[in-house]
Amino acid sequence: MKPPPFEYYAPASLEEALALMAEHGWDAKPLAGGQSLIPMMNFRLAQPEVLVDLNGVAGLGYIRPADDGGVLIGAMTRHKTVQQDSLIAERAPLLHEAMPKIATQQIRNRGTFGGSLAHADPAAELVSVSVVLDGRMRLQSAQGERWVAASDFFVSLFTTALEPEELLVEVHLPPAPARAGWSLQEVARRPHDFALMGVAAVVGLDEDGKCDFVRLSYLSAGDRPMEGQKAAAALVGEKPSAEAIRAAAEAGATLDIEPSDDIHATAEFRRHLANVLTRRALEEAFERAAG
Amino acid sequence: MSELFKLQVTVNGEVYEREVEPRLLLSDFLRHELGLTGTHVGCEHGVCGACTVLLDGEAVRACLMFAPQVHGREVVTVEGLGTIAEMHPLQQAFQEAHGLQCGFCTPGFLTSLIPFLEENPDPSEEEIREAISGNLCRCTGYVHIVEAVKLAAEKMSAT
Repeated sequence: MKPPPFEYYAPASLEEALALMAEHGWDAKPLAGGQSLIPMMNFRLAQPEVLVDLNGVAGLGYIRPADDGGVLIGAMTRHKTVQQDSLIAERAPLLHEAMPKIATQQIRNRGTFGGSLAHADPAAELVSVSVVLDGRMRLQSAQGERWVAASDFFVSLFTTALEPEELLVEVHLPPAPARAGWSLQEVARRPHDFALMGVAAVVGLDEDGKCDFVRLSYLSAGDRPMEGQKAAAALVGEKPSAEAIRAAAEAGATLDIEPSDDIHATAEFRRHLANVLTRRALEEAFERAAG
Repeated sequence: MSELFKLQVTVNGEVYEREVEPRLLLSDFLRHELGLTGTHVGCEHGVCGACTVLLDGEAVRACLMFAPQVHGREVVTVEGLGTIAEMHPLQQAFQEAHGLQCGFCTPGFLTSLIPFLEENPDPSEEEIREAISGNLCRCTGYVHIVEAVKLAAEKMSAT
């Protein structure tokens, strides 16, 4: 349970960090909060030859209002900061509600927003939440930068659109559309444990009270955040009646997810949870949208 | 082998300088380099909470940080909370309420609870249970630990 040796760099600027990533490419791992990477190194599941520690890099930890009414979150912002931030509570209440569910306080003191996203664990709340909030990731390398939508960022288990020399530096969360509502539902053995199943939802109503859009993302339901497209299709254009919501939940739990068996739960039980949680999430989200 | 890292860190008010391998975990640095064996190592992957220490006043897992990452910073371990003659009120409360049996998990509980009680001087039972949810105890079943935290909150707000 000791990590393998590595070369350690602690750059003070983003420029320096990007130069190190450009130089070491595939062999390097950026070290953010380390709350997932270091356990993986302790187990020797990860054996990077070079670690580029981002903790001393100036200017990567912040929460700012975005011009469009949304928020910009620097990749090195600690979970604790996101959890306590009033702008997040006001402009991204779904994210605010997700924060206490993420690990324990000790982990939230160190763990970072960008680190969790770049780690791309499909059981992580932030991954699904960033998808349903229509987040965009700013990826930077020594060559320049590009923006990637959250729905394109997560590729598969622990795999993102990041190139080896790129760093995730910022996340943009747009403002909630008018008549939108949200919900996050999950079942976990303890509040901070990885959820056996969970679903994040953002829904919108049109002027006639019909469902305008539904964005659902399941966690612990496959090798990536699983989008509830079939569930959404069952609702869009309809009044969100109890019957329509039940049909959407059924579609989501059967068609949109690929849960697997493990020591904690069977795939069948996870599908059962997905059905119940989707119904609860949609009920709560539509209630908020109508409110 | 990777190059050694020159590290200067304040632990329990004392300044230490050491040269370490970058891969040395903070938990092992405290125990093996500084001889501060009060920080216990349970799971080494951030689950059990036994290695919790205070880094600039915040509770963190010492097994999930590399020693070079505390360069220039301040760490407090269980040894820095109080002495046997002059225990911290939280330690007194654990003793009086029998908040421990074997004691292996205790340093992690204490260090996790110091910032919690500073931020929540009058916590509810639910808040206490949430606060200790990142620390595993395999002896007491937590009832006495929760009692100890309640007692500590009383003691600490009385002083």
